Amino acid sequence: MLHNLSIGELAARLNSRELSSVELTRHFLSRIDRFGPALNALITVTARQALSDAAAADVRLGRGESGPLLGIPLIHKDIFCTEGVRTSCGSRMLDNFIAPYDATVVARFKAAGAVMLGKANMDEFAMGSSNENSYYGPVKNPWNSNKVPGGSSGGSAAAAAARLAPLTTGTDTGGSIRQPAALTGVTGVKPTYGRVSRYGMIAFASSLDQAGVFARSVADAAPALQAMAGFDSRDSTSVDAPVPDYTAALARPLHGLKIGLLREFFEGLEPRNAALIHDALAVYKELGAETREVSLPHLPSSVPAYYVVAPAECSSNLSRFDGVRFGYRCENPVDLLDLYKRSRGEGFGPEVKRRIMTGTYVLSAGYFDAYYLKAQKVRRLIVDEFRAAFTQVDLLVGPTTPTPAFDLGAKIDDPVTMYLNDIYTIGANLAGLPALSLPCGFIDGLPVGLQLIGPHFSEDRLMCAGHRFQLATDWHTRLPAGYA
Amino acid sequence: MSLTRQDVEKIAHLARLSITEDELPVYVSALSSIVNFVHELSKVETANVAPLAHPLDGQHQRLRDDVVTEGDNREKYQANAPSVAAGLYVVPRVIE
Repeated sequence: MLHNLSIGELAARLNSRELSSVELTRHFLSRIDRFGPALNALITVTARQALSDAAAADVRLGRGESGPLLGIPLIHKDIFCTEGVRTSCGSRMLDNFIAPYDATVVARFKAAGAVMLGKANMDEFAMGSSNENSYYGPVKNPWNSNKVPGGSSGGSAAAAAARLAPLTTGTDTGGSIRQPAALTGVTGVKPTYGRVSRYGMIAFASSLDQAGVFARSVADAAPALQAMAGFDSRDSTSVDAPVPDYTAALARPLHGLKIGLLREFFEGLEPRNAALIHDALAVYKELGAETREVSLPHLPSSVPAYYVVAPAECSSNLSRFDGVRFGYRCENPVDLLDLYKRSRGEGFGPEVKRRIMTGTYVLSAGYFDAYYLKAQKVRRLIVDEFRAAFTQVDLLVGPTTPTPAFDLGAKIDDPVTMYLNDIYTIGANLAGLPALSLPCGFIDGLPVGLQLIGPHFSEDRLMCAGHRFQLATDWHTRLPAGYA
Repeated sequence: MSLTRQDVEKIAHLARLSITEDELPVYVSALSSIVNFVHELSKVETANVAPLAHPLDGQHQRLRDDVVTEGDNREKYQANAPSVAAGLYVVPRVIE
């Protein structure tokens, strides 16, 4: 079936005209019709536009043009602005917002000829680890509909796992690509901070936010990252550095690669989960890698540091939602203050309000030094420890999450328990490091993720290591029952 | 560390968020547990550590030539506004 083919295989069929982009797009749209509603994976389906874009891709293919993504369907997380298409960010606040321009990520996929099928469900403003904070309702995990898919890019992850598209985009501020990728058994790539433009990607925490992708495999993610990555003058923190050929990098040998096991990632990890990570390390040893233990003593402080820095930046970024220029406005405001307060109070959901208030508190007079400045200092300690670790090893390996997917509703009433779910992913965000999550086994029928973290701009090395693992294992080819 | 009802009312006002009477105790409890949790940072020794705002070394604020790069998109942008008149955003009367 078409949805089990790799992007390389699909592109070859498109380029040889054996398959048209319209046929391929119809195939995935019919899967979205069939599986999308029960999973609640999409907020908006853009079927008509998709078929017209696919026809345009077929014209380009007919002229002899070719490209790794020309005519390939994809789904964007609903955090990316898409011109003329509702961009809700999972919030009532933006339920009526039609983006007036494309995010750079969206524009670059369009230029590459990729065909957007729709917009994926997500935790409101990307705040959450379970996708239960969406105004449009929770997303179900394709492996078990009583379980969460993870968050915040839960719709993108569930859509990739159920093969509703060969590619889906996501954003990762504290683990929002890697954690749902782990919980749904797909490959998720979070690039270096600044590698992919944030222009048109609705801001949550500007010093942490980074766009990335979900795919069946690293080999499928490589051409997508290639299309997304690179300097953009419209993002003031975009890094002007050359982008390597990620697909070519997959062929490099692994022999002699030095892999570090993060001691702090194994403390308290459930034995069955730890065993799967050690099995993965055994695969790497057979492939010629060396492993050694490394320690980042300040890593346990990354969660509290993050839950100061991220809410502080969120409270500032989300001040733009004022009920005046765009978005939700309350009924019959009595004065301007009432308009601001009720538009925001009614337009934002509970978790977003908690984070705005946490951020407002840690930035307020009398608390700034004790919380915000303190967290930024702890952030430096963590960054320095990662830097020191990368003088000894080429990349770090550990679990992506402490447990497989948990029950819907299990943690929703306890924000701190929910926050601790990000314990293994947040370090890479604070340090701006690239990281990916790969499927590495199952516990009780639920997928488990292996996380690889590399130094800044080592996406090529990380993806090569991920690809080699996927050549030696078949965890990434498993499909949830009922989605064949 | 525990926040009072008055603390949360003040924070909500600063953040321009309306909170209902029913919601208030829920936020008092949730924000207290979050603040307690992040207060763990006080145990970390950070004397002589400079705060870090950007994760990458050697980055600086870029400047561009001071030329017009955007056209007039007022109508397009105001299409998303809740209330517009004569090209202006309409809000409740501020000056009597």
